[in-house]
Amino acid sequence: MAIKIMANFFKKIFSGLFKNKKDIKLGFYGPPNAGKTSLANRICKDFTGEEIGSVSKIPHETRNVQFKEKVEISYKGKSMIFKMIDTPGIATRIDYEDFLKYKVNKKDAKIRAKEATQGIIESIKWLDDMDVVVIVLDATENPYNQVNITIIGNLVARKIPVLIVANKSDLRKANIKKIEEAFPEYRVVGMSAKYGKNFEEFYEEIFSLSKKLK
Amino acid sequence: MSKKELRNKRIKGFSIRFMPYSEIKNLNSTERIRKILDIVFQNYILILQGRLKNEEETRLIGDTMAMIGHVKNFKGIELAVISSDERVGAIDRIKNRLVMSLSGGDIGAITIIGPASIVKEIKKDPKKIELMLNK
Repeated sequence: MAIKIMANFFKKIFSGLFKNKKDIKLGFYGPPNAGKTSLANRICKDFTGEEIGSVSKIPHETRNVQFKEKVEISYKGKSMIFKMIDTPGIATRIDYEDFLKYKVNKKDAKIRAKEATQGIIESIKWLDDMDVVVIVLDATENPYNQVNITIIGNLVARKIPVLIVANKSDLRKANIKKIEEAFPEYRVVGMSAKYGKNFEEFYEEIFSLSKKLK
Repeated sequence: MSKKELRNKRIKGFSIRFMPYSEIKNLNSTERIRKILDIVFQNYILILQGRLKNEEETRLIGDTMAMIGHVKNFKGIELAVISSDERVGAIDRIKNRLVMSLSGGDIGAITIIGPASIVKEIKKDPKKIELMLNK
């Protein structure tokens, strides 16, 4: 009888603890057009059947922070629940004329530019709220962009674990080694969000970083 | 390329402002960012001795974004930092950080900030910086 009472007592405590445990907030940060939404979409689609946002060749397609709650990622018999947060690409310059090259009309280009600036401000505000951040970089681009360095520096100062994804590894110009050389203190996973390449290593790293959270 | 073509390709003019770290050392973050943006709004390319704190760099980006659309012809900034802390071993990094804490900042670094209307791109790779200007 006493054992049964004790067992119920511990069961109540543990179930209470797990009820209060919040989902891990997993943020996707990086420059525009690096593939943040493509990566978040593939994960969400695989585990919830729904995507998080639309993708486009035109930069700054994501201009609001987008969420997907209760994404339960299962990998090698383990499972973790995440709140996925896809953020607008961070840049230091926004010129509406840049959108005209993509056959966007002037009026829409101006609206897009204005929304993009607000999106960047929103992205920066959200930095404080993340548990784990995936920095998505385009592996065909120069990684020594100051924005990348600034974002990572901020996350380190806030003690937020960082994983770097060298996306677009399917492209011939992709140079994953260059990204590894640019950020030698971080784990870099080369992958292709578009073709679903190397997601195993990505999940392995995300699980490993998430487990270390207190 | 003919002389005439070369002449046409020349940049009309740009100005560079050098700023020693001592000018911002005793300022708070708001004052530092205001001082930098004041210079950038005057269409100067600023070469700053040292670098801002990480949170100040982020704030500079955020404040810059807030200004686009409110300041005439302002399209943002181009920003690059060459830091003495990059690509060095662990012991050198500890030494650098000790020097930084004594001097009040990373004075071995150089920060370049220019208005996007003048600076097209700053290429960093990683120990040199190339400034590409708009024609």
